[in-house]
Amino acid sequence: MALEIVDLCVNCWACLPLCPNQAIQASQPHFEIDPQSCTECLGNFARPQCAEICPVEGAIVDELGEALYPPGSLTPHTCMQGAAPPA
Amino acid sequence: MPSPALIPPASNTLAFPTGGCSASRCGASANQHDGLPEETMRKVQDHPCYSEEAHHHFARMHVAVAPACNIQCNYCNRKYDCSNESRPGVVSEVLSPAQAVKKVLAVASAIPQMSVLGIAGPGDALANPTRTFEVFAALQQRAPDLKLCLSTNGLMLPEYVDQIAAAKVDHVTITINCVDADIGAQIYPWIFWRNRRIQGREAAEVLIAQQQKGLEMLVARGILVKVNSVMIPGINDEHLKEVSRLVRAKGAFLHNVMPLISDPAHGTWFGLNAQRGPTSEELEALQDACAGDMNMMRHCRQCRADAVGMLGEDRGEEFSLEKIESMHIDEVAAMQRRIALREAINADLQTKRAARHAQVITLHHRAKPAGRPVRMAVASRGAQIDLHFGHAKEFMVYEVDAAGHRFIGIRRAAQYCGGETDCGEAETTLSRTITALADCEVLLCSRIGIEPWGKLEAAGIQPNSEHAMEAIDTALDEVWQTMLAQGKLAEQARNGQRRA
Ligand code: SF4
Ligand code: SF4
Repeated sequence: MALEIVDLCVNCWACLPLCPNQAIQASQPHFEIDPQSCTECLGNFARPQCAEICPVEGAIVDELGEALYPPGSLTPHTCMQGAAPPA
Repeated sequence: MPSPALIPPASNTLAFPTGGCSASRCGASANQHDGLPEETMRKVQDHPCYSEEAHHHFARMHVAVAPACNIQCNYCNRKYDCSNESRPGVVSEVLSPAQAVKKVLAVASAIPQMSVLGIAGPGDALANPTRTFEVFAALQQRAPDLKLCLSTNGLMLPEYVDQIAAAKVDHVTITINCVDADIGAQIYPWIFWRNRRIQGREAAEVLIAQQQKGLEMLVARGILVKVNSVMIPGINDEHLKEVSRLVRAKGAFLHNVMPLISDPAHGTWFGLNAQRGPTSEELEALQDACAGDMNMMRHCRQCRADAVGMLGEDRGEEFSLEKIESMHIDEVAAMQRRIALREAINADLQTKRAARHAQVITLHHRAKPAGRPVRMAVASRGAQIDLHFGHAKEFMVYEVDAAGHRFIGIRRAAQYCGGETDCGEAETTLSRTITALADCEVLLCSRIGIEPWGKLEAAGIQPNSEHAMEAIDTALDEVWQTMLAQGKLAEQARNGQRRA
């Protein structure tokens, strides 16, 4: 099990220092998660740290290709209506 | 005259009306810092960043070692550097801590005026604590004469205050845009807190609480704290007066209000949603209202996070990574050069200060010469009048009178339209520049073309290139004295040129 960074990534570095497994690399054209090292933070944190801090909706997806923070989940509009974060 | 800023005196600040009476200005530097504890005043008086008279003589640089950020601001697009700490739409090359240390030592050896090293981004200094403190620790060893500073959104401040004190950081800048979570929710959509993202009002509540706690802890440890606020019309503009009172009551030595720069092209939430920035007048009115700390830091240029050199004078090109690799640096000799230069500059400033004091006393004894204040715009890269009018991206505006001059603000010309969201295509760059300088009567530059000369003159702004390459300080006073001698300053200001 591993998460993946897709090409929506803007290379902002936010995720990199948070990974408990040093699974994230500052690659080009965008940052990458080493699927061998990623544990989805299981055993370390309740939520995958990279996805929790990533500022770009849809940039980090699970093995099914589903965004952890899909479009609309981070826009100020939704926030102000008190939307719950994704499970 | 700007209307006096009547701020109810907070516990340790004395609110003087800025510019409201010449007496509050004539002591210049002394009065800039009224109300601050003696200890803080001493630190600020010759400070290479915060003293309006000293900052011209020193150089400072930021290194881009802190890329990550832990909050989202609606005025920021994370493709680019933090738009609060740098020019929006700019991407810096991220340096490793080792590269950053090398670069600082190279610059500090080539430019002996170099006296302050800051870590401000391109994200948040304390969202990258390992990298930030690694640079500070290395420099404390190898260039202990340099002052260190950092900028932060404040979220992680309480956690790192002790490390900041241990690293002998000279000053910390906290960006505080509000102290009310309802307002905060309109500025910050989310923060990363205790290993998860929190959104909405709760996010703003945590951030505000952390910022205030961090501010108090820094002040308690004797570290200088400056507060930056981004003025967002309709959201926090009125509220910033309260922020200003509060942060100064808690001991921040300076509150610096900066304009929101908002452009759809930057891809920020505010930019894309037509949130406008303030006009120059709105900004100045708020700065006046918040100016319990007098006119300091109006010289702030929102310089790039990796800027090298004097404020606003970008010499980054000279110190690219390849060039630094091949430099040989004698660190000890470089440090001795810096210390000697600093002592010479400070001695010179002392002399000038004493002379000015004497002059002020003389002026007070004579009958007060008639002569109204005049606003003048200057095209410059730093301390001299060294820019062609057509090359200036921004102008420094000063108000000049018999007692001297004070910095009013930066007017971005040509490229920005002063905050109006709907400035039409038809409006030319030149006429926009003229609008931005409407309250000025004189424009000082090194050269200027015939066409803009005529248009400026027609708009009541007298272009003047006679003082090309001279120091701004002396040229301003000379131009004012000339106008006085020509009898131009006896009557009231031109209609509509000045605020009531
Ligand atoms: S999910 Fe956790 S382990 Fe996987 S890359 Fe992200 S931070 Fe690292
Ligand atoms: S936090 Fe998101 S956008 Fe930033 S580098 Fe990581 S994946 Fe890319």
